[in-house]
Amino acid sequence: MAMTDSTPTGSTHAGDTQAALLYLTGEGGQELRPRSELTAKELMREVGAVLRISEADAAKLSADAPVGATEFHDDQTMIINMGPQHPSTHGVLRLMLELQGETVLRCKPIIGYLHTGMEKTGETLTYMQGGTNVTRMDYVSPLNNELVFSMAVEKLLGIDGDIPERAVWMRMLLSELNRMSSHLLFMATNGMDLGAVSMMLYGWREREEVLRFFQKVTGLRMNHNFIRPGGLAADLPAGWRDDVLAILDMLPPRLAEYDTLMTGQPIWRDRLQGVGVITPQEAMALGATGPILRSTGLAWDLRRDMPYLHYDQMEFDVIVGMYGDCFDRFAIRLNEIRESMKIVRQILDRMPSGDYRIQNKKVTPPPRARIDESMEALIHHFKIFTEGFKVPEGEVYVAIESPRGEIGCYIASDGSPKPYRMHVRAPSFVNIQTLPHMMRNCLVADAVAIISSVDPVLGEVDR
Amino acid sequence: MSNAPASEATADPVPTPEPAPTLHGFPLTESHGQAVLHLPRPQYVAVMKKLIADGYVMAIDLCGVDYLTHPGRSLPDGVEPERFEVVVNLLDIEHRRRLRVRVQVPADDATCPSLFDLHPGTEAMEREAYDMFGIAFVDHPDLTRILMPEDWQGHPLRKDYGVGAIPVQFSADYARDSATSAADNTAEVAPWQ
Repeated sequence: MAMTDSTPTGSTHAGDTQAALLYLTGEGGQELRPRSELTAKELMREVGAVLRISEADAAKLSADAPVGATEFHDDQTMIINMGPQHPSTHGVLRLMLELQGETVLRCKPIIGYLHTGMEKTGETLTYMQGGTNVTRMDYVSPLNNELVFSMAVEKLLGIDGDIPERAVWMRMLLSELNRMSSHLLFMATNGMDLGAVSMMLYGWREREEVLRFFQKVTGLRMNHNFIRPGGLAADLPAGWRDDVLAILDMLPPRLAEYDTLMTGQPIWRDRLQGVGVITPQEAMALGATGPILRSTGLAWDLRRDMPYLHYDQMEFDVIVGMYGDCFDRFAIRLNEIRESMKIVRQILDRMPSGDYRIQNKKVTPPPRARIDESMEALIHHFKIFTEGFKVPEGEVYVAIESPRGEIGCYIASDGSPKPYRMHVRAPSFVNIQTLPHMMRNCLVADAVAIISSVDPVLGEVDR
Repeated sequence: MSNAPASEATADPVPTPEPAPTLHGFPLTESHGQAVLHLPRPQYVAVMKKLIADGYVMAIDLCGVDYLTHPGRSLPDGVEPERFEVVVNLLDIEHRRRLRVRVQVPADDATCPSLFDLHPGTEAMEREAYDMFGIAFVDHPDLTRILMPEDWQGHPLRKDYGVGAIPVQFSADYARDSATSAADNTAEVAPWQ
C-alpha cells in the first residue's frame, strides 16, 4: 500500500514486521502517492501530458499545490496493487490503482521486476553472441529482436547491402510467421483476460503449430538466435514449403472460428467497444507505436512507410481502426494475422535459391567441411567464435515493425568486437505509458481489458 | 594514365571547403546514412521545439551513453566531447524521415533539461536514463528509478560500474569475489531498522 506508513509505528514486534515488509516489498518514490500529496505536476504526469489539459485548466493548477484533495479526500479513495503477481498482468507488471468504488481514478505502472540488465550484458558479449541476448527480450517475437540487432550490426559493418537474396527472403518469412504466432498468442491472452477461456486454448493451439515450424527450422521453439549478423544460422530444412503451406491452410477456418466466437459476439463487443479510448495526438505524444497507434486511425507501419528487407515489393494492407478503443486493437491484430499470411504466400512464390549467409570471411565462419582439411579454416573458425569480429567505430539506430510496434536497436561501437553501448528501444516499454491515460475513470474490469489490449511483454519492458 | 588523377587535381582550382551542414545553426552530420544533429545543452529544448514545427512530432527513443572509456569518438568541429551523451531519436511521420539528436552531458554536472513538456512519451525513457546513468533530467515530473529498486546504490550502465560476478571455486578471483559477497551478508542491523 501507500508509503505513508513506512516509518515503524513503534518498537513492538508488529511494527518491526510491518517495517520489514514495507522495506522488502516497497518501491518508495516509484509508487503512487496518496491523493493528499497529489500536485499539479504529478497530475500532469499521470494524465500523460500537459498538452492534454486545456489552457484554462492548466492555468488553474499551480505547479506544487495539492490538487487532488479538492475533489476527493484520502479516506474516500483506496490505493490498491494489481500485480506483480496477477494472472492478467502478463508477467510481472505491477499497477497501483487509486479506486473510488469501482472506478479507477489514477493508475501508475511500476516496472523493473524482471530487470536483468540485458543492455549491460550486451556490452560484454561479442556481436556474434549478441543475438542470444536480444532474442530473450521480447520472448514472444524473438526473431524480430534478432533481426533488428543483426540489421544494426550489418549497417555498422557496411555490409547491409550485400546480404544474399535468399537470406533476406528467409528473414522476411520468419519475421512474418513470428508476427502471426505473436498475434495468435495475443488472441489467447486477450480472450483469457476477458473470460473467454476456450479462446485461450485455441490461441495457444494455433500458435503451437507455428512454433513447431520454428522448432524444425531453428531447433528451438523460442529464443532461436537464428538470424545473425551476416545472414542466418542455417538454411531452411527440406520440406519447409509444405510445412508453411500446412499452416496457411490450417489458419483461415480457425480465424473464421475466432470471428464467430468473438468478433461478432455481443458480450465481446460490449466488453471492448469504447473501452480504453486514445486519440492519434495522444498516442503520438506518448510515443505509442504498433497496433495502439494504428487503432487511432493513423496508418503508420514501418513495413510500408520505411520499408526494410523487401517489404516494398510486397502487397499487403495496413490495418487501421477508427475509435482507438480496445476492440479496434483486437480487430487490428486479428486482421494483421491475415495480412501476414498474404505476405507469407508471396514469399513462398518468390523465395530464391542461393546462400543463406554472406560469404564475407570477416563475419562468416568457414563451412564445417573445410575445418577438417584446412588449418587456416580451423584458426579462422576459432577466432570468430572466441574473439569475434571487429566492427568499425560509429553509431547507428535501426528500427523495424515488431508485432508490438517499433523495435529499434541503437549500437555505439568503439571499434572492438563488443558493442560499446547496445540499447534496444522496446515497444512495450513505451506503450505501457499509455495505460494511466487509457485507464483514467474506467472500471476495474475494464482495466484488465486495457492492459490486455496493449499486449505488453514484460521481458522487453524490463530488459 | 597513371598521372591522370594528379593532372585533374591540378587543373581544378583548389575547391573551397564546403561549409559544414547545419540545422537551426547546429552541426548536422551523417552516420551510415542517418542524419545526426549535435545540440549543446542550453539550446537543447528550444531547438527540439523548432524540430516539432519541422515535422519531427514523435520522440521515438531516448537513451544515455557513457563514453568514459572511449573519449576519442568522432564529433564535428566545435562539439566538445563530454563523458555522457543523451541520444534522442526523432521521427517525422509526414515526411517519413528520422533525425538523431546527440547532447553532450559533462560528468561533473550530469544534468539535462527534460523533454517532458514537448514529448510526454519520453517520461519513462528519461527515468531509465536517470536510473542507468545518473543523468538528472531537470523539470522531469517524477525522477525516480524505474528498473532498479529505489534504494539501489550506483547507476548500472555506467562504465565504471562492474558487471558483478558469482565466485567460482579454484578461479583466480575466487578470494576477491567470495570476500565481497560475504561482506554483503554480514550487516549487523537489518536495513529497515
